[in-house]
Amino acid sequence: MADFGFSISKPQSIDTNDMDVGRLQALEAKVPSFKRCINCGACTATCSAGQFGGFNIRRIHNLYRWDQRKGLEKELQQCMLCGKCTLVCPRGVNLRYLIIRLRKALADNK
Amino acid sequence: MKEREKPVHGDDNPKPREVKRRLKSTKRISRRKRLEFEEVELPLQVAIIGGGVAGMEAASVLTEHRCPVILFEARPELGVNVKNKYKIFPDFSDAGRLVETMTKAMDHPLITVNKDTEIVEIIREPDAYTLLDNKGVPHTVPAVLLASGYEPFDAKRKEELGFGIYEGVINSLQLEDMLREHKVLNSLGEDPRRIVFLQCVGSRDEKVGNHYCSKICCITAVKQAIEVKRQLPDTEVYVFYMDLRLWGQGYEELYREAQEQYSVRFVRGRISEAASTFDGRVQIKSEDTLLGQPLKMVTDLLVLMIGMEASPGTQKLGKTCGLEGPYGFVRSKSPHLEDNLSDKPGFFLAGTCKRPMHIAEAVNDGRAAALEIIKYLRK
Repeated sequence: MADFGFSISKPQSIDTNDMDVGRLQALEAKVPSFKRCINCGACTATCSAGQFGGFNIRRIHNLYRWDQRKGLEKELQQCMLCGKCTLVCPRGVNLRYLIIRLRKALADNK
Repeated sequence: MKEREKPVHGDDNPKPREVKRRLKSTKRISRRKRLEFEEVELPLQVAIIGGGVAGMEAASVLTEHRCPVILFEARPELGVNVKNKYKIFPDFSDAGRLVETMTKAMDHPLITVNKDTEIVEIIREPDAYTLLDNKGVPHTVPAVLLASGYEPFDAKRKEELGFGIYEGVINSLQLEDMLREHKVLNSLGEDPRRIVFLQCVGSRDEKVGNHYCSKICCITAVKQAIEVKRQLPDTEVYVFYMDLRLWGQGYEELYREAQEQYSVRFVRGRISEAASTFDGRVQIKSEDTLLGQPLKMVTDLLVLMIGMEASPGTQKLGKTCGLEGPYGFVRSKSPHLEDNLSDKPGFFLAGTCKRPMHIAEAVNDGRAAALEIIKYLRK
């Protein structure tokens, strides 16, 4: 077929119809406090990895909520598990443990 | 609350039998003169614990119905929590004048005001209550209104925000004082170039044990941001929030005004920590959560919007009376139709001892409680 130099771009929106809700539910079952997040951003504000490496745990777990897992495993490697995020969270989300479980879930479900 | 078994106080204290007799006489009068009872003075006093706006409004309404009142205020002045404000939302009316009007009404032949008087114990009698004050004087009354109010959150408990450590970090009440004096200055005594407000300090925060929203801070910050811009048009003003709850009449309009006319910048993110800079200013860390990027900002003043907590008096009396509700506030009989009643007959509740309220709500609640008391006494 002749190449006209055009292509159809893939849709950039999240297709929630393809989502596997089970993965999110499994994570929520392991870290129930995760459900309480109100996205205030205190975790990312205090995060040392976030200041230097652009690590954003809030963004990561929001992507995971929509089952958008691409690249997350690599991003999560930036976390040093210092636990400051857990200390500042006003909703008491156990973020440090969430990161550990996320890493494991991503490694198990490739 | 103790149930009285035998009289424990001196001769001044009426015996339960005497209290009962006096109560009976009230009933007789009201039955005989039902048509003209508006003119009949109720011979029995109502005790109001707390001389804030709720307590004072209740006292006013009770005296309008010829009911004598004895009012107890632990502090040397009435209406202190409201008086500590300069202007009140949403109409920027004068808080001091409001308290002055209410305090003047307390100068009434049927009202006895006891300032500097704390109620330390409440004893339940048959058909009456005996209140014991901090001077050891007992007061026996057929009905009690608890209006012991709230206390502003102590921001020192959020150590990471630097209140009480860095001079540039102040709470919203200190800003009220500055606005009243027209002296909004940074720690070096200069006009601030930038002011940052932080919402939800002591509210919606599991780390200090308060899950609830204090509900007045959002609109207070909007009001204060506008006042700052009116006094200092060149100062940059930022408001950091988790959610903005501009729920009342005129609040959303004020929010729009702050954005449009005063260029107040609203940032969706909580501030996680504050630190001092070498020149006495404050550096804060937050995230612009809508952008997904952490940010740093140096400000002259960081204003912490402190929430409302149950006052020590509310906590203590709630406990002694067995009415303790969540977070040290007191619990009403039911939140819809019996919100001024407790599960103890003759024991009524009004104002911010129950939950955070704004001024008009507390005033209305005091008024409603007074009418419940009159209904109870005439039964």
